Amino acid sequence: MGRLLHRSACDVMPLSRRAFLIGASAGGFAFGFAGPGLAASEAPETAAAAFEPTIWYRIDRDGIVAVNIIRAEMGQHVGTALARIAADELEVDWANVRLDAVDSNPKWGLMVTGGSWSIWMTFALFSRAGAAGRIALIDEGARLLGVDAAQCTARGGTVIAGDRAISYGDIVRRGDLSRTFTADELARMPIKPAAERRLIGRTVPALDIPAKTDGTARYGIDAKVDGMVYARPKIPPTRNGCTVRSIDDSAARSVKGYVSSLALDDPSGTVPGWVIVFAETYPAAIRAADRVKVDWAVSDATAVSEQDILDHGAKQIADPQGGVMLVDDDGLDAAFRAAKSTLAQTYTTSSVLHFQLEPVNALAFEKDGIFEIHTGNQWQSLILPVLSKALGLPQERIVLRTYYLGGGFGRRLNGDYTVPAALAAKALGKPVKMLLTRTDDMRFDSFRSPSIQTLRMAFGDGGKVTAMEHHASAGWPTLVMAEGFMAKGLHQALYDPFAIAGADHWYDVGAQRVRALSNDVANRAFRPGWLRSVGPGWTNWAVESFMDEAAHAVGADPVAFRVGMLNGVGRNAGSSPNSVGGAHRQAAVVRRVARKAGWGAAMPKDTGLGIATTFGQERDMPTWIACVARVTVDRASGVVKVEKLTIVVDAGTIVDPDGALAQIEGGALWGLSMALHEGSEFVKGQVKDTNLDTYGPLRIGDVPEMDIEFVASTEVPTGLGEPGTSVVAPAIGNAIFAAVGARLRDLPIRPATVKQALARQS
Amino acid sequence: MTTFSINGRSVTVDVEDDTPLLWVVRDAVGLTGTKFGCGIGLCGACTVHVGGRPTRSCITSVGHVANAEVTTIEGLDPAGQHPLQKAWVALQVPQCGYCQSGQIMQAACLLKDFPTPTDQDIDAVMAGNLCRCMTYIRIRNAIKAAAAELRNGGNHG
Repeated sequence: MGRLLHRSACDVMPLSRRAFLIGASAGGFAFGFAGPGLAASEAPETAAAAFEPTIWYRIDRDGIVAVNIIRAEMGQHVGTALARIAADELEVDWANVRLDAVDSNPKWGLMVTGGSWSIWMTFALFSRAGAAGRIALIDEGARLLGVDAAQCTARGGTVIAGDRAISYGDIVRRGDLSRTFTADELARMPIKPAAERRLIGRTVPALDIPAKTDGTARYGIDAKVDGMVYARPKIPPTRNGCTVRSIDDSAARSVKGYVSSLALDDPSGTVPGWVIVFAETYPAAIRAADRVKVDWAVSDATAVSEQDILDHGAKQIADPQGGVMLVDDDGLDAAFRAAKSTLAQTYTTSSVLHFQLEPVNALAFEKDGIFEIHTGNQWQSLILPVLSKALGLPQERIVLRTYYLGGGFGRRLNGDYTVPAALAAKALGKPVKMLLTRTDDMRFDSFRSPSIQTLRMAFGDGGKVTAMEHHASAGWPTLVMAEGFMAKGLHQALYDPFAIAGADHWYDVGAQRVRALSNDVANRAFRPGWLRSVGPGWTNWAVESFMDEAAHAVGADPVAFRVGMLNGVGRNAGSSPNSVGGAHRQAAVVRRVARKAGWGAAMPKDTGLGIATTFGQERDMPTWIACVARVTVDRASGVVKVEKLTIVVDAGTIVDPDGALAQIEGGALWGLSMALHEGSEFVKGQVKDTNLDTYGPLRIGDVPEMDIEFVASTEVPTGLGEPGTSVVAPAIGNAIFAAVGARLRDLPIRPATVKQALARQS
Repeated sequence: MTTFSINGRSVTVDVEDDTPLLWVVRDAVGLTGTKFGCGIGLCGACTVHVGGRPTRSCITSVGHVANAEVTTIEGLDPAGQHPLQKAWVALQVPQCGYCQSGQIMQAACLLKDFPTPTDQDIDAVMAGNLCRCMTYIRIRNAIKAAAAELRNGGNHG
């Protein structure tokens, strides 16, 4: 979602991703280079301690480069990858690079970590920032050496001219580094050809890992300050619309360490009906909260369950009016009328919980007129205005301090958990450390909405696909939490791009229609969240299951059927810089994965191969990926065992190969976990599952054999955090069909539904 | 009042006997490498050693460890260089890292019981440790790498 990157939450004018790229290049650097590093008037030996040619890094007098990282570290080793981009162009030794995880500050621009965007949105910025620093250092190094800059090269943190050299540290110490760059100069900054890269594309130990093996890594839950009071909330019966009638804490008063209970007054409307229980220790807060009784006036969401949401979505889909068209080609209805045959199917996905292992928490207090929030968060720029409204303070007086995240997965894009901590600290006039228990966290989750989708396809002579339509209804997280980031569809209508991406695929299907429907029953009953891969988690389940059904309907091989439509024609041709090659690159990963996985080979009894392919998160930033799942099905029990996942990925330039592999490993296993092990249910205003006694993400013994390959490429680097996630479930579903002929259309796949599908077949 | 040993140091804490050891370790003793995940002993993030055995500190009352020897991730090796910790770095196991203290503490006992662990041993002993980032492939490989180092003369066990 490039639109996100260049506008504020109150600016609803969408721009194209291309416009963003230009804007980012100019605006980002004009911003970054606004001031000089060293004032020219200062004498060299008394000059500032560091050369800071951009806001993105500084070089000190020992030649140590500290790179400012504005992205949340939640397991993707993002700081390591981003710093390598700048360090490569800057020509410094990796051993001299440090990471600075920065706190929220308007000077950083949009602070968000999600969407698989970090590398893609930073690559050009950091490359040019690094190159600018190198050029400034070469010029000043040449002057100090008394040679022409054209005779100099930079390598390993040193400017070299023949047999003479000067280190960056010495240049900082002795030189006059006052050079600045205009936006135009920066936009033209020469970037090294790929063949001269020395850090990008080479494996390096991630800088965040050692502290995660000896207990020294600091997460939000580890934040503390003198005099803090512990707090645990009472979570209301529904996410929205509850109000507190009365609080009875008489049973809590006997708990040693219990302090008090407080109904929050929240001007931002983030946590309606919340009661905070204070205690001197956290175990006391747990016990006391269990004993505090709250009487709530509840919302009508207590009458809403999972099936009500799906039924409402089905009604929306059946009504040709409503929703937002993303694609609506002329001739679609005519193509269906003229079709030799048609196919229509409906697919559903159930609620999915984030279950990030660190329950949400925040430490909040006011110090020297600034309200500090210590926590792990993925979207500081989204929650700061909300905190401002809640606290009645200007944003300049609120800062989010940065910690490691014990899992993000989109849960911490929604910073709602910071608000009650801040309100509690304000009300109490003391630092408050608020921590949710696991059960609290799950009941307060902004989980992935249930979805329902209907797809139709028209076939002409010889099974040729002539038209396709896709209607998808789900809760829209962006509408509920970040309305300014909605995208504009046809007829100027606004939609949640994250809740439909994937339906706008790269297959040439003739006339196409894609319609996004906001499930308002879901939006009111709970707070739909962004969960790793968001919409593609359900749209690809539908598209790729349906493509398989369509192939079988016309007697085509599922691989050949897909490759035939990934022909790069028309809107699927791709464009520079982000999608060069278009659908041809998707066809290439499909062919490659089929070959690797032994597509077409004879399989043992009740064993099958299934294929699926996606373009990752969004058309403007495609990560081409294909997966073949090999499964066996036990017909008696309905149990599906995934034996192997073979995956081929084309994400353009790979900055950090081992980190990239880790993202696909983890993402694909998330996909497997959501396909077979997870999935919850919304029951009368609450999720059914509140802990691991009933919610069972994948464990170590469930991991199949995995074979992951990256396509060698020097194209623009795209995203890797999510694409592995959404390609796996449809590959498994299609493999089940190949194994035993049972077609699954509801996610997660349960043994009982496999048995039902087998029974329907016989 | 409960007295016990933690990482070789004797501590006395003035908390109720039924207080979970986890919160005593984290908030009273101040060792925060041990993590809170589920609170019901099913995720393994809070795993410590009590008398050398892997123990879920979130469901263990501090009164039950009176006079016992408790070891946390901070005390597994004085320099953080246990063969498992070295293997965890070498194979770049952690992603978010939140579960990894518990994974390493559980694996340390696994290696005592099964110096040459099979995949089945690892599946069985590590089944109680959830990794939400799903770093399981690397956890398995790192356990095997550490086992190999120990067999070849590593100084732990």
